[in-house]
Amino acid sequence: MEHLWLIPAFPLLGFLTAGILGRRLPKAAINAVAVGSVFLSLLWSVKSLYSLWPLEMAHVERYFDWIRVADLRIGCDFAVDRLTAVMLLVVTGVGLLIHIYATGYMAHDNGYPRFFACLNLFMFFMLTLVLAANFLLMFVGWEGVGLSSYLLIGFWFLKKSATNAGNKAFIVNRIGDFGFSLAIFLVAMNFGSLDFGAVFQGLGGWPVEQSAGTLTLVGLLLLVGAAGKSAQIPLYVWLPDAMEGPTPVSALIHAATMVTAGVYMIARTAPIYLKAPMALEMVAYIGLATAFFAATIGLAQNDIKKVFAYSTVSQLGYMFLGVGVGAFSAGIFHLMTHAFFKALLFLGAGSVIHALAGEQDLRRMGGLRKKTPITFWTLVCASVSIAGVWPAAGFFSKDEILIAAYYHAPWMFWLGVVTAGMTAFYVFRAIFLAFFGEYRGDAHPHESPPSMTLPLVALAALSIGGGLISVPRWLEPMFPAPEHHSPALVVISVAAGLTGIALAFLFYVVRPGLADAAARHLGWLYRTVLNKYYVDEIYNATVVEPVVEGSRTVMWETVDVEIIDASVNGVAARARGVGQILRKLQSGYIRSYAAWVLLGAVAALIAMGFAGGAR
Amino acid sequence: MDAIVFLIFAGVAVVCAINVVVRVHPISSALSLIGVMGSLAVIYLLLGAQFIAAAQVFVYAGAIMVLFIFVIMLLNTGAEERSRGAWMARLAGTPLLMALLGILSFVIFWAFPRRIGVHFGAFTGGTVENIGRAIFTTYLLPFEITSILVLIAIVGAVTLGYKELD
Amino acid sequence: MPQAVPLSWYLILSAVLFTLGVAGFLFRRNIITMFMSIELMLNAVNLSFIAFSYHLKQVDGHVFTFFVMVVAAAEAAVGLAIILTVFKNRGTLQVDDISSMKD
Repeated sequence: MEHLWLIPAFPLLGFLTAGILGRRLPKAAINAVAVGSVFLSLLWSVKSLYSLWPLEMAHVERYFDWIRVADLRIGCDFAVDRLTAVMLLVVTGVGLLIHIYATGYMAHDNGYPRFFACLNLFMFFMLTLVLAANFLLMFVGWEGVGLSSYLLIGFWFLKKSATNAGNKAFIVNRIGDFGFSLAIFLVAMNFGSLDFGAVFQGLGGWPVEQSAGTLTLVGLLLLVGAAGKSAQIPLYVWLPDAMEGPTPVSALIHAATMVTAGVYMIARTAPIYLKAPMALEMVAYIGLATAFFAATIGLAQNDIKKVFAYSTVSQLGYMFLGVGVGAFSAGIFHLMTHAFFKALLFLGAGSVIHALAGEQDLRRMGGLRKKTPITFWTLVCASVSIAGVWPAAGFFSKDEILIAAYYHAPWMFWLGVVTAGMTAFYVFRAIFLAFFGEYRGDAHPHESPPSMTLPLVALAALSIGGGLISVPRWLEPMFPAPEHHSPALVVISVAAGLTGIALAFLFYVVRPGLADAAARHLGWLYRTVLNKYYVDEIYNATVVEPVVEGSRTVMWETVDVEIIDASVNGVAARARGVGQILRKLQSGYIRSYAAWVLLGAVAALIAMGFAGGAR
Repeated sequence: MDAIVFLIFAGVAVVCAINVVVRVHPISSALSLIGVMGSLAVIYLLLGAQFIAAAQVFVYAGAIMVLFIFVIMLLNTGAEERSRGAWMARLAGTPLLMALLGILSFVIFWAFPRRIGVHFGAFTGGTVENIGRAIFTTYLLPFEITSILVLIAIVGAVTLGYKELD
Repeated sequence: MPQAVPLSWYLILSAVLFTLGVAGFLFRRNIITMFMSIELMLNAVNLSFIAFSYHLKQVDGHVFTFFVMVVAAAEAAVGLAIILTVFKNRGTLQVDDISSMKD
């Protein structure tokens, strides 16, 4: 018994302390509690993994029976296997760095205790999600991280745009959660249990479905859930809006951890997907489509955080592509490296925003290379990694995916390569616009405090050196991956990345006017991309407006006002009417009363007669 | 013989009762009521209720009706006028009364066929001694409570009629 | 043996007197007359009691009649005192004018 429950318990304790006592504690105490709890989680994770080494089999700990209905038993169970190990270390490790960063970034904010309480709450739910040994407990974590995300996106709740974004995130997530719930129901119905071990064992008797069947349906519904949480088409729209939240939130939740829960879930339920190839194919398609689509949007955005947000959507698409073509370990590998470089990108962006006192528009930055050197160099590391240039970590993970895609279906590889090129382009566009050239704004840029720069450095090291952690080899027992060696493909993908960097250099450093000229030339195409293909507007018109209108006219005005209110009021009116009639009886005339008494007496006599009372 | 006595006094009772109900002036009604009570006393005697017959004459006819007459003369109202209210009484009164009488008659005739008869002298239990014994043994509690009731009535009547002595 | 009077005749007499009492109560407007109708009803009931007492050869009916008389006396006393008070306040003995129990 490794007492795995302690891992999420520490942040939960942090949440309670910061949440309840936070106002009265000095900042140092909150820091100690919040950061310390994550640190303790990390330590305990490491310690548990060390004890469980080499972790060939899954280690399950059952704590208590949560639900026991008829034949269904759902326990509060945690399990650790190699996949969980990767997730645990990523979540707690990157989480720790971001917590440390946040102590610097949020230092001047009034809601400091609330922020860390929510952040710790998030860690609690995320760790529950990762450690869960059955579908339902994972769903609890799933919903919980959605809740924390809502709380943190709308952290600056006095800003209408922030609360709207929080609502949007939660509601869109809910749609995905609905799919997930349906999948859970189907699993429970067909397998009689929600325990991962039991379900996967039960799968043994099922044939591989060549056409649509129960498992395919389950797989598709799980995909809906994953698409909601991991911001894939068509449920990605909440992620760019989620940038309303503070930057550490964007880094932790919307880059490194929560959004990866979808990928984790698909990897976790791999046995189901392996029996339902059609569903797995869908995963790959959605992932690839999202990757390409989001990358195109990212090319034109002017807000630095939005660029990175669309980049996240795109990279998540890569992960989905990876698991979708059967390279589960490649997808998880990319999850890990993405956590490193995307968190770094966001934290770096936060550092830039902090340096410029709140400016987020790339057009008003520039020349920060000299003013904020640490930020600059760490961001370059991250960009190199995301662009997939050797020997950075991103190169290894992205390549694994692309090669697996090629051997699955070559056109996927080519599309992925183009996307990689775009990725490199837009990331370096951001770098060049922000750090090169002349400063175009009017704030006084200064480097960030060590509490912020140290995590940046740590993450930079991980972004570059992280490729050495061979996750696929670690995950071999779980996800055997065919070894494909193809130097040609590797060269092509690296070349795509370098091309992107070069183009960005051309457009934004060598000939700065070129970009604007191209934008004007492309006219409506540029504007469409800039406006995110008007997807939000389309959704608004086709989904949101009809629902709201329908709700108002049908449910409110008809059902509620006319039917329900009317019947309730009608009953009251009826009662009043009857009362008015009966009121006439109270005439005040004794003789009338006597007559009524007589009537009653006669009636009683008759009744008695009929009942045989005379006997 | 019994039948004749019964019929005579029953007739008197009914006629006087009708008088009570029909007459316009309260005094006439009161005097008719005394007539009813007297006839009833005789009928009680036929049924062997000596004590009750006597009590009927003392208490009812002698005390209560005198009280009524005192009050009527005190108030000195004279004949009554018509009024509009109590539509229910006038509307449903007659049919209901017919119904009442009809049902009661039907039940009585059905339960007590002709052969059950009353012979004068067949029941000798209505003596003072028997009633006294019953009151003071079986019905002691009601007796005591009734005496309190009378006390309450006296106090109430006095309170209601009390006039401050100036 | 003189011919027996059927018990049912006594009971019919009682019923008739009772009905007459009710009629008086319903159709008369003077309070005192209504009161006297009540007394008439009570008398009818007394007769009924005595008749049954004869029929069952028990004295309990007499006892009950006795109590009825006592209560009737008490009731008459109090009731007439109330009528006097009402007359002092309202100046009328028409029961239809003393109808403030309405509403």
